[in-house]
Amino acid sequence: MAVVGLRLAGRPGAIASRRSLRVLEHDLLVFRRGWTNYIVAGLSQPFLYLVAIGIGLGLYVNRNGSLPGGVPYLDYIAPALLVTQAMMAAAFESAWPIMGKIEWDKTYHAALNTPLGALDLLAGDLMWIGFRATLLSVLFLVVIVALGAAASPLVVFAVPVAVLTALAFAAPIMAFTATQNGDGGFNALFRFGITPLFLFSGTFFPIEKLPLFVQPLAWVTPLYHGVAAARSLALGQVEPIALTVHIAALAAVAALGIAAGRVTFRRRLVV
Amino acid sequence: MTENSPVATPLIHARGLTKRFGSFTAVDGVDFDVAQGEAFGFLGPNGAGKTSTMRMIGTVSPVTAGKLTVFGLDPAHHGANIRARLGVVPQADTLDNELSVLENLLIYGRYFDLSWAESRRRAKELLDFVQLTERSDDKVEPLSGGMKRRLVIARSLINEPSLLLLDEPTTGLDPQARHLLWDRLYRLKQKGVTLCLTTHYMDEAEQLCDRLVVMDRARIVAEGSPRQLIDRYVTREVLELRFRRGEDETDDSAHLDGRLEGLAERIEQLPDRVLVYTADGEAAAATAYERGLRPASVLVRRATLEDVFLRLTGRSLVE
Repeated sequence: MAVVGLRLAGRPGAIASRRSLRVLEHDLLVFRRGWTNYIVAGLSQPFLYLVAIGIGLGLYVNRNGSLPGGVPYLDYIAPALLVTQAMMAAAFESAWPIMGKIEWDKTYHAALNTPLGALDLLAGDLMWIGFRATLLSVLFLVVIVALGAAASPLVVFAVPVAVLTALAFAAPIMAFTATQNGDGGFNALFRFGITPLFLFSGTFFPIEKLPLFVQPLAWVTPLYHGVAAARSLALGQVEPIALTVHIAALAAVAALGIAAGRVTFRRRLVV
Repeated sequence: MTENSPVATPLIHARGLTKRFGSFTAVDGVDFDVAQGEAFGFLGPNGAGKTSTMRMIGTVSPVTAGKLTVFGLDPAHHGANIRARLGVVPQADTLDNELSVLENLLIYGRYFDLSWAESRRRAKELLDFVQLTERSDDKVEPLSGGMKRRLVIARSLINEPSLLLLDEPTTGLDPQARHLLWDRLYRLKQKGVTLCLTTHYMDEAEQLCDRLVVMDRARIVAEGSPRQLIDRYVTREVLELRFRRGEDETDDSAHLDGRLEGLAERIEQLPDRVLVYTADGEAAAATAYERGLRPASVLVRRATLEDVFLRLTGRSLVE
């Protein structure tokens, strides 16, 4: 979270201000009303996905032994789905609910009448999305371990990778949301951005199977880096340099997103 | 400027205060001061610049030009400090539909850095003050308009503000809800809270405001107490004459004008009636009869702020 907190509070070097923690408190207060649903969904979704795709579909994939190193399909796909799920939740949370706070319910405007500022709102809600990604990923990890779908204990580090990936999506999407006047743009964003990423970022099959000219596209998407990093940890096949590059790429996208959000939030909320 | 000389330092001080959005000027160089303990009103038609002015005072909208201080502080540099001492009732309710009535107040208290315990104590007290204790645990959505408004007022008081900004606090409410709100605002005023409000209800301005300014097209066009404004811009009484259309020849405006001439200092002819601004309505009515006018109905009433308002801002509809 240190990367995320960097300069968020408007004072250089400050890790998220105390005021932005109040915004996080707000989101936790809302969360408190429905936390049991979160837990149930957070455990059942991974279970269904892993059983259907990892075990069910995996039966056929494994028969061909076509994955690199003869890795079982369940083990291959589990860390990828963990990251993907965090990404999906983060993308959603930084679109519609943020638009609601800006435009539909205008609760941001109520908060701006207190000592809170626009950047506190950005930082606080980003922390909330990070918190939610952490919770979802931990639950996913529980299911992975329960199904025996991880080869290495390093799989626990797939959780911070997933959270960083979530923030690499949340920050730029929040920045984008602050430029929108309704949710029309979100449909395009999900249809042409998020869903293709979900399918083609090496989640279900190695990107080396994509046509050559498409592969560079995968490298520049943050999801690819999140999936690759989490997978290398879960399979115990860590290459330090590659892992560093993946993490750095995610952190860079998150930092750029935050920088953009600082501009668009101010522009939208301080008029 | 010292903090402990409230008489010398107005709570709000504006000189040449200007707000522009691109090429559109919303507030065009207005001057005003609001003293401690005062109830100060901004009157004006839609689009006159009231809300923009309030948002600048509330430090949520940057000042384009001119000077503004609130509590003697510059909003550009001390926004958070100013907001810590302000209560704001915005035009839209901006309540949190995901939280209960009580939680709406609790978290707002947290935004002001109150402890949870203190926030809870004040929230309960305030729910009592606005008569919403029984709805504490309900969601916000099913509340009536008046209840939501009361909740917003309670929310604005959680930090025990010394200055309360209210932007059209009673728009859209039924008479019962309005009177309840007025009563609560009056009590706050008696406790020494300075009120600063916008409204386009003249009765509200007369009820609540010690002093007000009338805004029109981004400028202040008049300033004073409700009584002063009535004395200055209209007469003590207004005689309203209605004529039958078609039957009576006096329906014709040329005839009418001729016969009412010299009757009063100002006569205004509307599609459905004629307003005669005069110190003595009864006398003017008698004179009209002597001159042979036979109106269908005659009404003598005291002049109100509404007459001032219409005189200053015109009768054409502002959209």
